[in-house]
Amino acid sequence: MTQTLVVIGNGMVGHRLVEILRDSSWRIVVFGEESRPAYDRVALSSYVDTWNSADLELTPLSGCELRLGEKAVSVDRERRVVTGASGVEVQYDALVLATGSVPFVPPVPGRDLPGCHVYRTIDDLDDIRATVQAADRPGRHSGMVLGGGLLGLEAANALRGMGVSPHVVELAPRLMPIQVDEGGAGLLKRLVEKLDLTVHTGTSASSIERDGSRLIAKLASGVELDLDVVVFSAGIRPRTDLDLGLELGPRGGYLVDAACRTADPHVFAIGECAAVEGVAYGLVAPGYAMAEVVADQLHGGAKTFPGADLSTKLKLLGVDVASFGDAHAQTEGALEVVVNNAVAGTYSKLVVSDDAKTLLGGVLVGDASAYPSLRPLVGKEVPAALLQPGGAVDVEMPADAQVCSCHAVTKQTITDAIQSGVACDVAELKACTKAGTGCGSCVPMLKKLLTDCGVEQSKALCEHFTYSRAELFEIVRATRVTTFTALVEKHGTGRGCDICKPAVASILASLNNGHILGEAQAPLQDTNDRFLANLQRNGTYSVVPRIPGGEITPEKLIVIGEVARDFGLYTKITGGQRIDLFGATVDQLPEIWRRLVDAGFESGHAYGKALRTVKSCVGTTWCRYGVQDSVGLAIELELRYRGLRSPHKLKSAVSGCARECAEARGKDFGVIATENGWNLYVGGNGGFTPRHADLLVSDVDTETLIKVIDRFLMFYIRTADRLQRTSAWLEGLDGGLDHLREVIVDDKLGICDELEAAMAAHVHDYADEWRGVLEDPEKLARFTSFVNAPGTPDPTISFRAERGQRVPVQLGIPEVVR
Amino acid sequence: MTVVCDFNVLRPETGVAALLPDGSQVAVFLTADGSLHALDNIDPFSGAAVLSRGIVGDRGGVPVVVSPVYKQAFELATGKCLDEPAVSVAVHPVRVRDGVVELT
Repeated sequence: MTQTLVVIGNGMVGHRLVEILRDSSWRIVVFGEESRPAYDRVALSSYVDTWNSADLELTPLSGCELRLGEKAVSVDRERRVVTGASGVEVQYDALVLATGSVPFVPPVPGRDLPGCHVYRTIDDLDDIRATVQAADRPGRHSGMVLGGGLLGLEAANALRGMGVSPHVVELAPRLMPIQVDEGGAGLLKRLVEKLDLTVHTGTSASSIERDGSRLIAKLASGVELDLDVVVFSAGIRPRTDLDLGLELGPRGGYLVDAACRTADPHVFAIGECAAVEGVAYGLVAPGYAMAEVVADQLHGGAKTFPGADLSTKLKLLGVDVASFGDAHAQTEGALEVVVNNAVAGTYSKLVVSDDAKTLLGGVLVGDASAYPSLRPLVGKEVPAALLQPGGAVDVEMPADAQVCSCHAVTKQTITDAIQSGVACDVAELKACTKAGTGCGSCVPMLKKLLTDCGVEQSKALCEHFTYSRAELFEIVRATRVTTFTALVEKHGTGRGCDICKPAVASILASLNNGHILGEAQAPLQDTNDRFLANLQRNGTYSVVPRIPGGEITPEKLIVIGEVARDFGLYTKITGGQRIDLFGATVDQLPEIWRRLVDAGFESGHAYGKALRTVKSCVGTTWCRYGVQDSVGLAIELELRYRGLRSPHKLKSAVSGCARECAEARGKDFGVIATENGWNLYVGGNGGFTPRHADLLVSDVDTETLIKVIDRFLMFYIRTADRLQRTSAWLEGLDGGLDHLREVIVDDKLGICDELEAAMAAHVHDYADEWRGVLEDPEKLARFTSFVNAPGTPDPTISFRAERGQRVPVQLGIPEVVR
Repeated sequence: MTVVCDFNVLRPETGVAALLPDGSQVAVFLTADGSLHALDNIDPFSGAAVLSRGIVGDRGGVPVVVSPVYKQAFELATGKCLDEPAVSVAVHPVRVRDGVVELT
């Protein structure tokens, strides 16, 4: 008989448990107090970038009964029944408490005044925003965050995102006292104070009072702050207000054993509400580990909680901070090796055993790039080189070292996956081991392991070039080679193939080497580019005229209709807001295009690894909710980047408000209007592996937006592999989104002028490819089915009628013996 | 004998299609070293008459044309499919006489 599992709490850990168990034999019922789907609370501060809660939502759950907005109000352990706020009763065979935690609010007089908030949920952030918007202070608003730990700095970051200058008040003598030592915290303070934060350490708020529309906070140090908003983020406490009559841990939390089971064998507790053998954990990774334990127990396993790695690496306010192992050198006799470079703004401390043989822990501030190599070495022998000033961190890691601490994946598991051939790149490692899918900080380590195993695919483009596409691009750019023949003679071998020829043709086109069907270029092109149309299964082609932004006049629609009717073409609306005309033979293509070009159409590059379309919603012109002219921008972008050849196709969209009707976040570059300008998202994709695009810049004006897109596209074109979409490119980029931002927003490599100039040259040199063919008899002559019988239709092509249109008759496939 | 075209119409490393009197089709290729090859134009994997529109190049030094539909490579000299050795396309004799390409 099916057994029922009731999960109380729909936070990240409860969600994870259901995700693990959803395909099992258990019937699962989830009670969630919040009415919204489970979301990524770790990324809460990023909510202020878009104010779109959907951005934070976790993968929707299927295969379970989700009771959102239904708080569990009581549990009858005798009858094994949970009662919800609506009175609903659900009987359970197993009950898992995943109620999470509540913010700790210190007993400061005035803490309940309007304008005082906690920082825990999306609703909290909405409330904080409402307070900030209601404040009538000229210039920047002023706020106070009580708590200078990890959560407090996150809250301060969220306030900055709302245009508030935050004061951070921390009782301990330094910021992030749990993770960071005095030296690291000193640097951290200096770095965050450059970002408009004021840090008050070693003090606390003694009172908060209302003064008209302001709040006045008095600190124990005597400082008085004039504020618009106050945020408490001084830590969390396990949430145990649902009283089951079960024992609690010494510092709160439902007391459970190493199997996460309470004294009642039917009841488990996981996540921040649990005290595993008396200890409560306030991080998500140990919570996930507990979810794994309970899932195993429910399947009759004997897994127990392995203990938690409390190491952390994060970027707070743009500053890298990492802490791992015995960061505070509490082990007896522990020695510290500290490098504090105040000029470079970096601090690193390694803690080693008294004999300097074993790495115990460490702290990194300002630059945490060594973290993925160092953390797995905790408890292992420390390579002597590490203890030298500037010591290399390129060290051999033991097989049982944990590479991904979010999902507890060891080096052994990863190398096994690589060596058995299951995974050949980072994306496949992510899919089969889950490593790198949590915080992502171990991705550079995954790459290194691939290289170390020697099975990383060769970067060679094909048998004719040992170079990668990116390297070939640089060769072509630097040597100004203009033909494939010259390139393969000097830098490759053989005559080329269907892989390298189109790839080099694309590179030459990206570097503005004239018409893609020029004498030297034409033989390199794949059939779609060779005939400037899309080959279909029966050997005919389809035609897609450009309709920028999806906006088209009735007159032009009529022309398309007439052309389709006159040539007997099947018509279909595409996903990119254009019209596809199918069934054209090679001979018909020039005739069709002459009609289209005369009517003002141009190539839509549906056949090319090039910009396809920029979709749009109707925006402010018509829509009651639009906040910007999305159609106008989409047309501007499409006309700017039309014809741009790239490693793979490029899709884009512009939405006129946060409702996102144009689905911009599924695009290579997507733009969403805000009240103040535009948000730019990059690296989105539908297809095989859907991926939401990441926010690159927010609230920028149109000029800045275009500048950043120019740089983004050119950087991608220069550095991506052949047929690598922006999503996979971004996933594989060392340093990920942060690195991308450093290069194309902060211009860390000093190449932005060059990238912009390259795009300016493209825009200047653009010419319609189809017009170019129609005006050149040489090129036109290639559009014949038969060189010895021009104008004779291909006898293998025939059509039948379906739903009032012409569709191909399936071709008989002549005896293919296999 | 079927006349295909003037030799100077051909471009190195590309193909053209010719229609035979019986309605069948032949793809004629000129490679970079100046040699001519002729294969059936119908791609056996898709049934479409498109081999003349494939990219010409080499696999391990063997001159090939790659079908534009599902990308199998066919050896120009023998018509053998390199990706599925059991499959091949017919080879036709081809020559140049007085500057004219002919199928014999």
